[in-house]
Amino acid sequence: MSAEDTLLYLDGVSVSFDGFRALNSLSLIIEPGEMRAIIGPNGAGKTTMMDVITGKTRPDTGTILFEGGTDLTALREAGIANLGIGRKFQRPTVFEMHTVWDNLELALKAPRRPLKTLTYSATRDDRARIEEILDITGLSPKRDRQAGSLSHGEKQWLEIGMLLAQDPKLLLVDEPVAGMTDAETEQTARLLKDIAGKHSVIVVEHDMAFVRELGVKVTVLHEGSVLAEGSLDAVSANQQVVDVYLGR
Amino acid sequence: MLTRFLLMGLDKKAGVLLAVLAVLAVAVPVMALAAPPDSPWHLSTHTVALLGKYLCFALLAVALDLVWGYVGILSLGHAAFFALGGYAMGMYLMRQIGPRGVYGHPVLPDFMVFLNWQELPWYWHGFDQFWFAALMVVAVPGVLAFAFGWFAFRSRVTGVYLSIITQALTFALMLAFFRNDMGFGGNNGLTDFKTILGFDIQAPETRVGLFVATVVALAAGYTLASCVVASKLGKVLVAVRDAESRVRFLGYETERYKLFAWTLSACMAGVAGALYVPQVGIINPSEFSAASSIEAVIWVAVGGRGTLAGAVLGAVLVNFGKSYFTAALPELWLFALGGLFVLVTLFLPKGLLGLAAQVKGRWPSGRAMAAKPAGQKGI
Repeated sequence: MSAEDTLLYLDGVSVSFDGFRALNSLSLIIEPGEMRAIIGPNGAGKTTMMDVITGKTRPDTGTILFEGGTDLTALREAGIANLGIGRKFQRPTVFEMHTVWDNLELALKAPRRPLKTLTYSATRDDRARIEEILDITGLSPKRDRQAGSLSHGEKQWLEIGMLLAQDPKLLLVDEPVAGMTDAETEQTARLLKDIAGKHSVIVVEHDMAFVRELGVKVTVLHEGSVLAEGSLDAVSANQQVVDVYLGR
Repeated sequence: MLTRFLLMGLDKKAGVLLAVLAVLAVAVPVMALAAPPDSPWHLSTHTVALLGKYLCFALLAVALDLVWGYVGILSLGHAAFFALGGYAMGMYLMRQIGPRGVYGHPVLPDFMVFLNWQELPWYWHGFDQFWFAALMVVAVPGVLAFAFGWFAFRSRVTGVYLSIITQALTFALMLAFFRNDMGFGGNNGLTDFKTILGFDIQAPETRVGLFVATVVALAAGYTLASCVVASKLGKVLVAVRDAESRVRFLGYETERYKLFAWTLSACMAGVAGALYVPQVGIINPSEFSAASSIEAVIWVAVGGRGTLAGAVLGAVLVNFGKSYFTAALPELWLFALGGLFVLVTLFLPKGLLGLAAQVKGRWPSGRAMAAKPAGQKGI
């Protein structure tokens, strides 16, 4: 498969921090519309991988292409986000001083330059879209609440809602169900599956039950490179993966 | 579009403040010019200038609150922009003196004659025109702030480090302006002004005119800042303050937003400085001192950071206190100021306006509790 047909193409990506190789010649391909789960033990390089894709960390070597042609290593965070790559952090980061509605409005796809935002006012379409996302995430009754006053789970959904508003082509989601109750986890899985229809999604997760619920192709990272790839059952049966997880 | 922009920005707080300013703009001229000097309602020229000075500081405080309260940039060098605007105005006022100086030189200001300079330095040209000086009042602080911000924000200098380099900026400017060969009058600065736009600068009418101009500038600056923070851009600024990297991942170039607010703020500070100089009659390098910038931070903290109206309130109250203290107990003023800052930081993290909001917020619930039948517990 050539790089042109892929949504995201990582080849030989390496990153070192003070001699520690966080990513070691990592190669990964995500196809348009695909949903992929990334698992791996602590320190496998999952978060660093997200950092290099979103421009937070610059790789030492390697190629990262978006939609086959755009070199992500040359861009900064905002530029990459504007290409259509959204990111959800492990710890929910919403703008706590703003209302739920304003959080979504800030994320909503619209011109991002200062002078455009200075004179911006929400169009009817914008408002309709925000209403729609409030419904999807179940946050409609709390639209005027300060985001800081939401519960942990609600903040996670708000952040997913912000990603929806951003309408990215590729979504990176870091441990979306960490610290959630079972009911919240289920709701989150449903939300993510909703999203997956129209967007490509990469989910990093520790929770195996959750990954099973998603039912998608799984990539196992270990020491900064890919150890195994396939269905969850296939990788679970892989002896190397079992060894890594059991720490042998 | 402009109307909508204005309507969005003008909340109740702004309404109250603008009303107060409107009253001042009418009452002060009447009391200064129409009331007979022996009437208790009469305001002396000195008082008018003093009030004008407070309002200049209030505009500086609004400018500072815009970057500190809403973008989280704690500038410890905002007095630099204030002083640069002041120097631009001072240069115009010096050129206005013309041949009426002590040495009677047709073009050169006195201090240049004193230093045996033969001709006007190139950067003094144009300042005989008011429009040019007025442009420089905004442009010089604006360009400096833009350049400074460009490098600082691009390099992602934030927090305490940014505060320290703003302090270094104003300190470096102070040292430079102290030098005689810089051509800004050295440590004496610029003074002995005679006229502004042809009007005698000492005349009560001119003083009143300057006061009204200051009221208008403060009202305009406040309205502008208020509209900016109420717009979506303002929401982005607050988001940058609270979680900058998250804003970047939403696709906003946060540097541009910071640069916008920072430059706008510097321009406003420049205007404040320009109005300050003709009213106090002098500008010298001590305006660049670290202490002036830090005092401005205290005004904002006292009034309530991130409220704009609080900045105005804080600047006026603290400076009123300063005028009173430095006359009554001059040796105690700095202790009082320092103590005030400590007290506000410890007990009023949201300043006086925050306190007001707290009291107001508590009041209705207190009444609701009282309305409950006795013996029944709340909730």
